[in-house]
Amino acid sequence: MSLMNTLARAEAVAAGRAVPAATVRHRHLAERPLVLVPLTTAGEAGAPLGAMVGTDRDAPVLLVVPQPLDRELRFGFFAGLAAAVLPLMAAYEDDVEVEPATRNREESEVCADAPQIVVPNSAALEYVRLLGRSTRFLRTVEDPDAPHPVPVPVPLLGRWLTHYGERARTPGSALLVAMTELLTRHWATGQSSMEDQHLGALLGWIDPPPGLDGAVAAERAQTDRAPDGLLLSPPAGPATDPLFDNRVLAPAMARYDAARTDGADAAEVAAAEADVRRLVGSQLRPTWDDVWHGLDLLRALPEGARVADRWKRDRWSFTGHRDRLRAGEPPQPKRDGAVAAAQKLAGRETAQARVSAQEALDDPLTMAVRRLAGEAFAGEVTGVEMTYSEGRRPMPRPLLTVRTPDLPQAEPGTKAYRAVPGAKSAQSAEIVSVAPEVRSDGTPYDGGPAAHLVVVRLTGGMGSGRVPKEGSVPEAGARVDFTLFEHDPRGGPGLPEPEQTPWTHGGPPDAGVPPGTPPPADAPDPVTAEDYL
Amino acid sequence: MSTTHHHSLRKRLADLRGPGTAPRPLDARALAALAANPGCRRRALMDAAGVDKGAVAEVLGAPARFGQSRFAFSRGHAFEARVKRDGCAELLRLLGAADPGVPAEVPDLAAPGPEGRAARTRLALAEAPAGSWTLLDHPLLALEVAGSLAYLEPDAVAVAPDGRWTVVEIKSFPILDGGADAQKVGAAARQAAVYVLALDAVEPGRARPDVLLVCPRDFSNLPTAEWVDVRKQLAVTGRQLTRLTRIEDIAATLPEGTTFDLRYAADGSTPTRSRIELSQAVDAVPAAYAPECLSTCELAFHCRDRSRADGCVESLGRGLRGELGTLTTVDAVLSAAHGEAGDPADPAVAALRRAAALRAEALAAPVPGAGVPAQQAGEGAGERAGDAACR
Ligand code: SF4
Repeated sequence: MSLMNTLARAEAVAAGRAVPAATVRHRHLAERPLVLVPLTTAGEAGAPLGAMVGTDRDAPVLLVVPQPLDRELRFGFFAGLAAAVLPLMAAYEDDVEVEPATRNREESEVCADAPQIVVPNSAALEYVRLLGRSTRFLRTVEDPDAPHPVPVPVPLLGRWLTHYGERARTPGSALLVAMTELLTRHWATGQSSMEDQHLGALLGWIDPPPGLDGAVAAERAQTDRAPDGLLLSPPAGPATDPLFDNRVLAPAMARYDAARTDGADAAEVAAAEADVRRLVGSQLRPTWDDVWHGLDLLRALPEGARVADRWKRDRWSFTGHRDRLRAGEPPQPKRDGAVAAAQKLAGRETAQARVSAQEALDDPLTMAVRRLAGEAFAGEVTGVEMTYSEGRRPMPRPLLTVRTPDLPQAEPGTKAYRAVPGAKSAQSAEIVSVAPEVRSDGTPYDGGPAAHLVVVRLTGGMGSGRVPKEGSVPEAGARVDFTLFEHDPRGGPGLPEPEQTPWTHGGPPDAGVPPGTPPPADAPDPVTAEDYL
Repeated sequence: MSTTHHHSLRKRLADLRGPGTAPRPLDARALAALAANPGCRRRALMDAAGVDKGAVAEVLGAPARFGQSRFAFSRGHAFEARVKRDGCAELLRLLGAADPGVPAEVPDLAAPGPEGRAARTRLALAEAPAGSWTLLDHPLLALEVAGSLAYLEPDAVAVAPDGRWTVVEIKSFPILDGGADAQKVGAAARQAAVYVLALDAVEPGRARPDVLLVCPRDFSNLPTAEWVDVRKQLAVTGRQLTRLTRIEDIAATLPEGTTFDLRYAADGSTPTRSRIELSQAVDAVPAAYAPECLSTCELAFHCRDRSRADGCVESLGRGLRGELGTLTTVDAVLSAAHGEAGDPADPAVAALRRAAALRAEALAAPVPGAGVPAQQAGEGAGERAGDAACR
């Protein structure tokens, strides 16, 4: 945890509520996101218990598996989830923008928008990946040899969920986001980051009910139980409260099982099923409301200036997957090949550098963290000395002296970048020296210097003439911001990344495979008598 | 250690637990948790005394949120039975037996009381014939921890034809496409390391430092296994357990008559001990609260309340102390940051002042490109106590 974050948490303790950790919203929020709150059956990897899903906060779709060990009922759940998710995907697939050709790429189309999925926490996000993995290889009723066929759209659901789950590994992406991660990015609470994983407690700190202190509101969310012993704010899942399992869910499921085996009174079965539905729904609804509450809080923040750039990359990602589906590619492999894995990793590293830079540039509070770490500095220009490069056509290389309270961690020769308001790209520069400010007689200040004097040489962004372009060199007295990190680590916005290029469009390249050959498909999971699939 | 000595410690621990209260056995999970927070004397003492910390937490009004779901429990049992059925044939195959068709020796370890079962286990280990497989199903191993004895029950210990011992851990989380949840594997490894330590206490070096982790494969109920190297966990846990303050030394610092007895009523299940009294007894033993306690110790909510009331920075995260140096309370951090206290030559104080200045500047600045004023920091100070209790 950064010292800045520690300080913010301490301030939150003193204030009795969360304090800002960002001044702008760093993630795209869809106008109508799809909220998905999944619950799983304790101890069973592939057996969902239920979910609340939908784009209308007042009318969630409730999906419940009254007996998670029953294959048919589980398949019914997957079909229900597919019915809730797939039409949304389809609705965005055909609304496209044309992206003009560039030097490296033909004219192409990109979806004008993409569906966003919001889950309560990181465990739920991981569960989306698991759902994707468990459903994308299932064999459907169209396969005559399938021993336990699923409804046709289920594997497609698996492929979309897998894509969303994979995309969520890209730093700064927003196709699939976890509410706890969104909130902790924007607020610092007076509790530990571990406790922040509890959505109810986190919201308690950020937006306590009137009259309550954040700590008290959080504690209530964590521990308060109704007279029946059940938590008022159930875990946000996917794991359920063991007490709920043992005290109410297990008996209700047993009644359901009994009604079914007793044979045939449809009304009795329906009543028992309704009972399980009601119980599972009661555990889901508070979390569902919490997620929407979180969305309200986030919407109140102004969106960061570079958020749209990252969302565009998400739209590319969505478009790329749409194209792979349309091209008839097989489901994503169970494990990435070496080439694909290396590419993804490299792509994520670039994305990390990009989002770190963009967030700092969009948000003074995030920039403050970088300044504290010596990765950026801001201050006042105290002197400008015009110098020129050597060579046949000498170019302007002005030396600026900047007085800054920061201490940039930079050796002479380190590249620096100046954020120029209104300019498309950063102005390049180079650190010449960093020295503590001294008294006019040359002796150091007692108790350490209050500021450092940094000499930087501007090396670009001044036009191509011998005289720098008007306004491109700051004058003495101007306030300047420099970073030691690049502002746009690779490529401009709007280029699809290699991982998102379908093979029909020439990528991703796999060594030794002739172009146009589809990658070999993974076999479906084997079905055995004991399988829960 | 002399027998009388042992006897007096046992008496002291029984008094702490309360007369007529059966001790709660320490399991490997508890030992691993203990080793993860070796600085906590409160837990060390209560665990050694076999105190039911969960029940204590209830009486303190801060019950833990632990518990196991029936579903997970029955799934775990069904899977273990699946692995061990047919004379453990499947387990032999996973262990790499040359001919899993040849049944293994599965000695009967039943005996009255833990001492008896531990003795049977030692005997079975000693008598396992060379040249064939012997499988000990739920053996009981004794391990001395901080001067008091704990009994541990691994799922199985295998004796290979070459005489090496292997700890087998059977878990019901899946190995999916060759990988498993790293956190769960880590917890299983720490737990298994405790078993290896206990086997080393029987005969050093006989147990393999890699354990067999048996899990369901993918979404099925079919067992698959991975060898997990636990040498690192062994080293860490071994070192931490020896670092635990001797239980008798902790007990010796307590006021005469201190007890965690819940004074159950005649029905045997209704505690009658007063909350205040119990709380005083618990707080008489020094603790070392960190947020990790919330997932490992039943007393966490109680200890958290205390830690917060004392304003300890550790309640915000265990790692914080390193960067904060001598600033141990939230108050000290804030007054140092805001220039009201602290020595500016202290690097932690200087860094905090820089951080506070930068933070204030950023919160006052207009948002670039947005033209909207920034959020305002929360104001107002809560009531916080001094730093006496924060280490
Ligand atoms: S919760 Fe309390 S008793 Fe338990 S380990 Fe943490 S500090 Fe020790």
